[in-house]
Amino acid sequence: MRTRRTIAIAMSVLTLTAVAACGKSGSPNDSADGTSAAPQLPTYQVKTDVKLDNSPTYAAAKKRGRLVIGAKSDQPFLGFEDLSAGSGASARSGFDIEIAKMIAADLGFSPSQIDWKTIVSANRENAISSGQIDYYVGTYTINAGRKAQVSFAGPYYVAGQDLLVLKSNTDITGPDSLKGRAVCTVAGSTSIANIEKYGAKVTKYDAYSQCVDKLLTNEVDALTTDDAILKGYAAKNPDKLKVVGNRFTQEPYGVGLAKDDKVLRDAINDALKAHEDNGDWKKAYDATLGRSGAGAPPVPALDRY
Amino acid sequence: MSSSSSTVLYDAPGPRAKVRYRGFGVLSLLGIAALLWYAYDRLASTGQFSAAMWNPFQYTAVQQRIVDGLLNTLSAFGVAAALSLVLGALLAAGRLSDHRPVRAAATAIVQFFRAMPLLIMIFALYHSMFATSPFWALVTGLTLYNGAVQAEIIRGGVNAVPRGQSEAAFALGLRKSQVMLTILVPQAVRSMLPAIIGQLVVTLKDTSLGWLITYSELLYVGKLIASNTSTPQGYPYIPVTIVISVIYIGMCLALTALAKWIEARGRRGANRRTSVAA
Amino acid sequence: MGILFEDGNFALFRDSFLQTVELSALSALLALLIGTLLAAFRVSPVPALRAFGTVWVNVFRNTPLTLLFFAVVFGLPRLDVHYSSFVFAVLALGIYTASFVCEVLRAGINTVPLGQAEAARSLGMGFGQTLTLIVLPQAARTVLGPMSSVFIALPRNSAIAGAFSISELYGAQQTLNERGYSILTIFFWVALAYLFLSAVIGLIFRFLENRLAVAR
Repeated sequence: MRTRRTIAIAMSVLTLTAVAACGKSGSPNDSADGTSAAPQLPTYQVKTDVKLDNSPTYAAAKKRGRLVIGAKSDQPFLGFEDLSAGSGASARSGFDIEIAKMIAADLGFSPSQIDWKTIVSANRENAISSGQIDYYVGTYTINAGRKAQVSFAGPYYVAGQDLLVLKSNTDITGPDSLKGRAVCTVAGSTSIANIEKYGAKVTKYDAYSQCVDKLLTNEVDALTTDDAILKGYAAKNPDKLKVVGNRFTQEPYGVGLAKDDKVLRDAINDALKAHEDNGDWKKAYDATLGRSGAGAPPVPALDRY
Repeated sequence: MSSSSSTVLYDAPGPRAKVRYRGFGVLSLLGIAALLWYAYDRLASTGQFSAAMWNPFQYTAVQQRIVDGLLNTLSAFGVAAALSLVLGALLAAGRLSDHRPVRAAATAIVQFFRAMPLLIMIFALYHSMFATSPFWALVTGLTLYNGAVQAEIIRGGVNAVPRGQSEAAFALGLRKSQVMLTILVPQAVRSMLPAIIGQLVVTLKDTSLGWLITYSELLYVGKLIASNTSTPQGYPYIPVTIVISVIYIGMCLALTALAKWIEARGRRGANRRTSVAA
Repeated sequence: MGILFEDGNFALFRDSFLQTVELSALSALLALLIGTLLAAFRVSPVPALRAFGTVWVNVFRNTPLTLLFFAVVFGLPRLDVHYSSFVFAVLALGIYTASFVCEVLRAGINTVPLGQAEAARSLGMGFGQTLTLIVLPQAARTVLGPMSSVFIALPRNSAIAGAFSISELYGAQQTLNERGYSILTIFFWVALAYLFLSAVIGLIFRFLENRLAVAR
């Protein structure tokens, strides 16, 4: 009994010291991705003479000197947080993150003046309406139900449900070839109902990376969700994975913000328009989702209201 | 501990049996070693021990995340443990009450929450009242379930105190509450502490369900580390599972050791005062 | 309260309920099998087997079931073990529950009077015979009470499988929630199903206790 206790204590102490003692800082992902041929991310000119009257969100951000942006943290090349790089601005990367930075620059905030907050899908409306974040950029589909609670700038990208398969796979060309196939997706997403219609056998986990894992071990034939998310995984693993490119739904992504703040909404729309016109949007796409080999879809028209 | 129980089943081995047992021992050792080797070999050949898979754990920022997750696990556990003991005491008092309606209500509550899967409750709580605070959804779920179980442990402990104790106390003119608080509970505590701590181990393990409602406890952090680290061999689910389970097993064994220690101490104390609470 | 009888919800609920029952029953069988074997290991005269049993029980009793599910669902495929999600779920639940079954059995074996085993041995029985013919049948009686808690916990624990691609009752709760029904109404029906299950298992054990009591 005494020995067992000693073992238990020794084990917990060992674990804790192992966790606390040695450590590197920096990022292991840097070197892996830093090929010289890869397209470079654009940099954005931070505006200095910004004036937004009657925007409570902007006034609060201006006063605190920092902008609080909500984002996803587990979508490579879309809304990603590199855990090994600490919680600083450099840890965040991806297409949605670039969109958020463009807007921030036009509102007069440099990347170092941004506080990032990870907000999962289920909590988005609440985080916006309670003022936890100033705006949200993270695969946020514009729809009528959500418009009752928050307002949307954009759309800045129109995604569509698509399929991710192994690069060697030539049988799966779209939803019609899914009959009897094992298709993986994440519980709680609308993708499930869409795919069940085509007679696929659906496997559900709670993170897309788990589906990718199952795809890589050949236990499922395909992974389905918005193509933007899939392109990110394909970009991370371009030798093994590809996006089929046969989209069967339309998901316009918008920037979520407080419902009554029309001034801020217009300002964000102006920012999106400016960066789409000057080529930043395209550069940002090429340096992130574009690495999957899938070309950029046309830039959608803004829906100002 | 196990030696006394195992000798019941077989004689002290003679020379022939010794040889036979040694044979079995070698065979089973070989079997276990083969199993471990197979697992190791498969894991190694799929690159689970490659540097890239274990790389994230070297970074201070990742270690900080794990520590934060551990602290979140411990704080959910601490609050839930305290609240479940309070609820357990209240429900036990209800089940031991002299008033039939109180007894019936307490019994119904205990039976209901003991039969309910924690996950189902946490999910319902999260989606009905605690959408903004997964912490409280988790803690409330843990409290309700474990409170119901603790209530049964406490009730069992109080009932196990010899009848003469309460009879003597009533004969001295003590009120029911006095009998409970000054005579029965203090004696019961000693015998039921191991069971209570055993249930606390369950509470600690069940905090991991917070992962499903996005409470960033240890398992959630582990999952995030695994899914945000892409290596040529895939995601490091196995390394992360190994690291996280070692932490959980360590914490649970420490709690169990505490239970054993208290049990041993209690027995010593009981002998000294020659009371028979267990 | 009527949501159960709309839009094919009943079929979903019924299938999920049956899935929970099937999952619990199969894992119970597996847990009994492995648990008995482990208990035999833990009281056996071979030190290596005893150590194996002890390590197994301590590891799996102190690992959260969710983590075990992760290990089985994402770990075994890396060992070239490929099964359906359902088989994985049965494995995870069975392995987890087996460690509790083992501890209950071991405690039960310890309550059988020493004289019984001594008498068996003086008749020339070996370890295996003493255990299976004399000790375990007698231990069964005292073991029923604690064993019933272990098996009532099984359907409860099986809910975690819902997060690993099994459409059982937790899966049904999730799906109905996504379909936009009131979570409290959903909870009402799911809770009812679990209450029913634990009542049935309780009854089975009471029946067994009565049967064994008669046999005495």
